[in-house]
Amino acid sequence: MNPFSSGTRLRDMIRAIRACKTAAEERAVVRKECAAIRSSINENDHDYRHRNIAKLMFIHMLGYPTHFGQMECLKLIASAEFPEKRIGYLGLMLLLDERQEVLMLVTNSLKQDLNHANQYIVGLALCALGNICSAEMARDLAPEVERLLQFRDPNTRKKAALCAIRIIKKVPDLAENFINPAAALLKEKHHGVLITGVQLCTDLCKVSAEALEYCRKKCTGGLVRTLKDVANSPYAPEYDIAGITDPFLHIRLLRLLHVLGQGDADVSDLMNDILAQVATKTETNKNAGNAILYECVETIMSIEDNGGLRVLAINILGRFLSNRDNNIRYVALNMLMKAITVDTQAVQRHRATIVECVKDSDASIRKRALELVYLLVNESNVKPLTKELIEYLERSDQEFKGDLTAKICSIIAKFSPEKIWYIDQMLKVLSEAGNFVKDEVWHALIVVISNASDLHGYTVRALYRAFQTSAEQETLVRVAVWCIGEYGDLLVKNVGVLDIEDPITVTESDAVDVVEVAIKHHTSDLTTKAMSLIALLKLSSRFPSSSERIQDIIIQNRGSLVLELQQRSIEFNSVIEKHHNIRSALVERMPVLDEATFIGRRAGSTPATVSTSNGPSLNLPNGVTKPPAAPLVDLLDLSSDDAPAPSSSGADFLQDLLGVDLSPASKQPGISGTNQAPRTGTDVLLDLLSIETPPASPITDILSSSQVYKSPHASLEGLSSPSALSTRAATPAGAAPMMDLLDGFVPNSPISEDNGPVYPSIVAFESSSLRIMFNFSKARGNPQTTSIQATFTNLSPNVYTDFIFQAAVPKFLQLHLDPASSNTLPAGGNGSITQNLRVINSQHGKKSLVMRMRIAYKSNDEDILEEGQVSNFPRGL
Amino acid sequence: MRIELGHRSFVCHAHALDFARNLFASCIVQRLELNWKTKLCLFSSIEIHLIPSCSLLNFPLIIGRMIRFILLQNRQGKTRLAKYYVPLEDSEKHKVEYEVHRLVVNRDPKFTNFVEFRTHKVIYRRYAGLFFSLCVDITDNELAYLECIHLFVEILDHFFSNVCELDLVFNFHKVYLILDEFILAGELQETSKKAIIERMGELEKLE
Repeated sequence: MNPFSSGTRLRDMIRAIRACKTAAEERAVVRKECAAIRSSINENDHDYRHRNIAKLMFIHMLGYPTHFGQMECLKLIASAEFPEKRIGYLGLMLLLDERQEVLMLVTNSLKQDLNHANQYIVGLALCALGNICSAEMARDLAPEVERLLQFRDPNTRKKAALCAIRIIKKVPDLAENFINPAAALLKEKHHGVLITGVQLCTDLCKVSAEALEYCRKKCTGGLVRTLKDVANSPYAPEYDIAGITDPFLHIRLLRLLHVLGQGDADVSDLMNDILAQVATKTETNKNAGNAILYECVETIMSIEDNGGLRVLAINILGRFLSNRDNNIRYVALNMLMKAITVDTQAVQRHRATIVECVKDSDASIRKRALELVYLLVNESNVKPLTKELIEYLERSDQEFKGDLTAKICSIIAKFSPEKIWYIDQMLKVLSEAGNFVKDEVWHALIVVISNASDLHGYTVRALYRAFQTSAEQETLVRVAVWCIGEYGDLLVKNVGVLDIEDPITVTESDAVDVVEVAIKHHTSDLTTKAMSLIALLKLSSRFPSSSERIQDIIIQNRGSLVLELQQRSIEFNSVIEKHHNIRSALVERMPVLDEATFIGRRAGSTPATVSTSNGPSLNLPNGVTKPPAAPLVDLLDLSSDDAPAPSSSGADFLQDLLGVDLSPASKQPGISGTNQAPRTGTDVLLDLLSIETPPASPITDILSSSQVYKSPHASLEGLSSPSALSTRAATPAGAAPMMDLLDGFVPNSPISEDNGPVYPSIVAFESSSLRIMFNFSKARGNPQTTSIQATFTNLSPNVYTDFIFQAAVPKFLQLHLDPASSNTLPAGGNGSITQNLRVINSQHGKKSLVMRMRIAYKSNDEDILEEGQVSNFPRGL
Repeated sequence: MRIELGHRSFVCHAHALDFARNLFASCIVQRLELNWKTKLCLFSSIEIHLIPSCSLLNFPLIIGRMIRFILLQNRQGKTRLAKYYVPLEDSEKHKVEYEVHRLVVNRDPKFTNFVEFRTHKVIYRRYAGLFFSLCVDITDNELAYLECIHLFVEILDHFFSNVCELDLVFNFHKVYLILDEFILAGELQETSKKAIIERMGELEKLE
């Protein structure tokens, strides 16, 4: 016998694990136990199988892998004894779930056990089936479950009813088989069976219109009577909770009535009396009673209109809202959200209380209340509500500020009655919680400011003041810097002072101070700094006398490590220094930004932002809107084993990749040109990249690193191309270069269809400094191979040295480059370099040639790199 | 997989993990001329969340309100009982248990017994050092489940006569068996304490 497995009992193992002082010790004990269990399994040790599984369940609960015990569970289930079966089924439910293939093996055992003579064994099998049933098992075992619904033992009947729920959730087609037996269960007296029967009927009605129709016709009266009996029943110790007989049954019955009454006026009529009775008579000083009332209100709200009942329901919610118990208030807020579609006025009456709930210390209540307030805002109450929320913003917790800010901004944007109010409120939000404001919100603010021409002076002064107190709020700083750059002169000259303003004197150097603080502050990020630089340039023209100081500040960024800032600072410096004549024209005020375009662009923005904004709105309806069709739900719910993988995932993935690609590329505008290739995401270009010769210059580093992108892209090729294509098209940045590239395959040169061996020469590349001509020739009998003679001509007045020509082609082409005739190219077109290329087209006749090239040379001791793409090859090469 | 890159987040395939790693590594190693904000984004992008293919917990559910899982944890976050009525990967289960514990353990006793958890709601109740948590639909009747937890605790208390955490540790399999008589397939099966205790007695006799 195995020396280990004989050792520890389950109890001893638990004790040993509990005695461990460190995680490492615990791991050691578990490892030892697992080793013992494994060897016991290998020896096929019957006596300890039972104990091994029990141990494994405990180990599993601690979070260690236990998959090796799965087969042992199946063996236990197959044994004849009840105790072994019991532990086997328990292990099955804990260690496996419906997705494991091992589960296929268990269907047969389950079938046998469902037909077993021992009702306890039948109970075990039903329990397992209810918890881990997959769609296949559901189909195989539905007849057994259907039969067991009429079994004499109530314990079996109720288990079978719950199994049936699982089965119809998995396979809604099976619903009709269960309608009759389920309806029969509604007549039961046994509470356990009755409650499961009611539950089964509720789920049947949701998946099957036929069942709904049947229950409406045949069962409504009976259900109303049952509810009446339960509600009026005398004290029943077995089911009593806080003086109410079986509140769970109450709730399940109300829920079923809810489903039946929704959309059917006659059925709703039948239940009016009992609902009124439950709503008025239920004890409200205990949680159980409130749970019933809550369900009752929900039923009243969703069945067909009955004014009297609705008033009753809203009053109950009003009482809930003023309850001292937080749970009850939470529930009330939740329900009011649903009630708002029914009776907005009634909910508005509780506005003050609801706003107080936004300030509650409990995050759950705050969140609900905030969403409710958001729904309550309209044109008439937007001002007081916003005021209250903004005041609260100062005091709110850090973690709540994000949500709160987003909601306030959205309220302001949606309901602002006038521009000045919008600007005022936004400035308040920015100064309180500017760091939580999303980019699109402050972008929108700038658009609004730019459109409110009569408020420019007012706004810039208000921002100046706000900056003095809240310089740590990044977005406020950005907006302030932008406005000071644009309207700095209005700030200094006090143009367009409104009556409501306090007078303020700002000198030119004060205004420059603001921008200087912004650019020098250590927390300012690149965007703020870049905006500050631009503002400085603008101010240098608006404030000629401060020009020198501004230049000093700009020059300080000449050594910035950030390429963008460095470049801008040098450019702006030279603008200030050398180009006085164009400066004022260059830095004129921005033209008014078009609101419509901005909003349109925002609406069509990336799916990522759309989805985040969807989040709350999806939660919002909370049942207000009618749920979409059932099959969708099926996907999301239990049927993951038979649900196909969502086909959109491939596209998502691709888009994600593109998105990921984009962000580094777009964040470095200075070099984005060279980064185009990975952006397009087409495999052709990737191929081009992959055969490129190792680059040498610093800029090409980026290119080489972009090869890193290649491998995931390559794996992408396996994904369905139609969806991939559509995603690409949806990404504007990716689309254009791709189209470019596709052009390469389309013969767009006006060459005759003459398929002879003579091809016209083309200008493969032409810039202000360089021209490349290609001459083609083809050997007879070998149409795949094309010889190209490239001729390079220097169009500039300088001699080019170290001239290197590199070319790259897609995979279906092979390229051989012969050495060039020289690496020095004389100036002014006096002479040229020639170089021979040989291209073998493996897809001759199907695809045209396409080529990318890069030319590096030195002119005046300066490294120059030019790139181009040749897509005008004659057809048929 | 969910990748978060700055303010954008994506859900995508497993390849994306390698992709993000490559991207990240190449940026750091090759000292690309990225500005520091991009680098920061990339740093944060390494926080990659595993979401199983059947992320039931992440989607609002419309029909079939049911219990998604039941957890029993102590204050230290040790799981004493974990019953899932929806299929989840083991790694995801551990994550759920960790997150739920984090959510409930520090809440003020005066606060509501409901916390929003992903797209669902956790109804929890604390008994001495033990937290009983039920995950249900966002639209479901919270108060009823609160009552349901209490009933379960009463049953345990009755069965073990004055239950304490150690009873639950050493008899964890019994706790599962009781639960199976109380809740099945995510639905309430029996509401009578007496009936459940009697049933357990019958089953014990067969052992």
